[in-house]
Amino acid sequence: MTPPRERCQARARKGDRCRNPAGPDGLCALHRRQLERGTPEPDPLIPGPPTPGAPEPQPVIPGPPYREGSPAAEPEAPVVHTPPDETPRDEPDLGPLEPVLAWAEEALEFLGRRVLGEYEVDEFGHDPDLVEHVLAPLLRPLYRHWWRVETRGLEHVPDGGPALVVGNHAGTLPFDALMVALALLDEHPAHRSLRMLAADLAFGLPVVAPLARKAGNTLACAEDATRLLEAGELVGVWPEGYKGLGKPYRERYQLQRFGRGGFVEIALRTGAPIVPVAVVGSEEIYPMLANLRRVARLLGFPYFPVTPTFPALGPLGAIPLPSKWLIEFCPPIETASLGSEAAMDPMTLFDLTDQVRDTIQQTVYRNLLARRGVFG
Amino acid sequence: MGRRVLVTGAARSTGRRLVGALVEQPEVELVVAVDEQEPAEPFPDKVERLAVDLRSPALVRTVRSAGIDTCAHLGVTAEPRAAGGRVSMKERNVLGTMQLLAAAYHAPDLRRLVLKSTTAVYGATAADPAVWTEGMPHETPRHGFGKDAIEVEDYARSFERRRPDVAVTVLRLANQVGPNVDNPLTRYFELPACPTVLGFDPRLQFLHEEDTAEVLLRTILGPAPDGTFNVAGDGVVLLSQAIRIAGKPPLPIPEPLVNRVAELVGRTVDFSPEQVRFLQYGRVADTSAAREQLGFTPKWSSLQAFEDFAATRLRKLVTEEQVARLERDALGLLRRAAERIAREVPR
Repeated sequence: MTPPRERCQARARKGDRCRNPAGPDGLCALHRRQLERGTPEPDPLIPGPPTPGAPEPQPVIPGPPYREGSPAAEPEAPVVHTPPDETPRDEPDLGPLEPVLAWAEEALEFLGRRVLGEYEVDEFGHDPDLVEHVLAPLLRPLYRHWWRVETRGLEHVPDGGPALVVGNHAGTLPFDALMVALALLDEHPAHRSLRMLAADLAFGLPVVAPLARKAGNTLACAEDATRLLEAGELVGVWPEGYKGLGKPYRERYQLQRFGRGGFVEIALRTGAPIVPVAVVGSEEIYPMLANLRRVARLLGFPYFPVTPTFPALGPLGAIPLPSKWLIEFCPPIETASLGSEAAMDPMTLFDLTDQVRDTIQQTVYRNLLARRGVFG
Repeated sequence: MGRRVLVTGAARSTGRRLVGALVEQPEVELVVAVDEQEPAEPFPDKVERLAVDLRSPALVRTVRSAGIDTCAHLGVTAEPRAAGGRVSMKERNVLGTMQLLAAAYHAPDLRRLVLKSTTAVYGATAADPAVWTEGMPHETPRHGFGKDAIEVEDYARSFERRRPDVAVTVLRLANQVGPNVDNPLTRYFELPACPTVLGFDPRLQFLHEEDTAEVLLRTILGPAPDGTFNVAGDGVVLLSQAIRIAGKPPLPIPEPLVNRVAELVGRTVDFSPEQVRFLQYGRVADTSAAREQLGFTPKWSSLQAFEDFAATRLRKLVTEEQVARLERDALGLLRRAAERIAREVPR
């Protein structure tokens, strides 16, 4: 097992820390290359104490005074790129346009990085740059405005180190998993990336497969889960799987069987705490009235839902209902003290699996009783 | 007495490089380079060249009588067309290995067998674990190079049982790139546009040619433990990213048409069907065993290795300077527009 990798010491252009993994010299490949090439990018590198006696690095080299109608710059003057549009003197106050411009700048930089391939993904294919600039912004409106997601108990998720988040699964499409991940990324103080374990169907589908990997997910298998937890990642698992996602509306909020409890075994082996999470609201987004098994078999899907709007309204039926959501993280169930030998004992595994399932079920029931209405 | 090393597949780029490096080592007394092909660059004088097929009796004689103590088997190839068709390739790969090992069985001084294998033995499917370790059970690739490599590895293992006094080290190398490497994948990136499977973006690992030579040299001369080791540069590169670094336009092909296109493209790059699956699902191997037991850490990460290959071998369509300029121009334009709006719209 390789230890979690150091992050690059350089600062990206916006002043945020570079997220790329660092090499032995504390820099990622991109910044190392930039340094070697001496690219005149305003890219102040933070590592390394300033050389004694050397003048402080000047962030912007003032160019020759800009003269109206002056011909080309003096021959000996190095080409200093200070775009004329950045002359500070007659720059008007842009007011409300300033954030728009900042946003455009960030978007352009992002596009530039993508065009040149200047980003790094981890061994699972997780692409934080893409998540931050594309995937999360796409989901945020759903999270904030459509489902008005409310979170509780975020303090139960550790700020660092491994943990296994286990949740209930419902709603035909795995939006509940995405919302839990976004809650942890946006609202958790440590802005943690939830690395979810997904069904192998996802990794065989075009478009879905690479997106699933880039969002940080991987195949639900013991090897991948163990590897992620050993690397100190926060892993998300939805043990009900398709049984939960594809259950009819009349069985809403009744947790299905929890697989074979493999997730508990992995938690015990790696000593990672289990954080149960209960999601309320996800059952109502696509109320599944019937399941066309034959169509599903034909298409190779685990189920084919019939909801009040799908397939009757065609693509419009893909719009989820705007239920009001509540995501509650429960107190962690600690596993390290049981020791990794406990993973060999099927009885311990069953007991722990039941304990996790009951915790989620009880929390779901409690929050259901407390909610004012489906659409809140 | 110095080391006496026999290298098969010596005329190809990896073999040629290894032979050159071996000759320079003071402890190496004799290098026998086996390859029926002529190397691109002639072997150094000290090298004894054996221009024969692996199935030749001359090879058997040499292995037995020349006092060979180390056999580095680099002769397994992944290029059906170059080998004269798939059947001939299998013949060379599998039967050639059998012959070599049969001869090696009777070599009294043999102490070490180094087999250059490939991470292709893991195959490539949607249901693969994200990262392969050496011991993981994997579905056996049923075709092509991957299958050959598995059979060759099996022969090496059974050889180990019959000759327990010989240390057998199997190196599963990731795809090699570098300024001088010529293989189906490097030819793929040299195409004017890179065909991909629509909607898939596999994770790839690369190994720089310098690191390939280094790990082979180290296993031949260093204290090599028995066993199987994945060897790849750190980190992964996505295919889309590699294509962008290569500065080529991607050419996404819908899945149903992929095989037909692969056949067409296959003529120039010598692609086999399992390499197409590789470009759909990708493959990543864990290299911690090589790090810990072999003491080998690649100098080049996957990304650096590929960047070096792209910088030395490919001509980019889009350069960094162009992108930076575009970025600056677009931003300048936006800023001027914003300023004008701010000036004209009274607060």
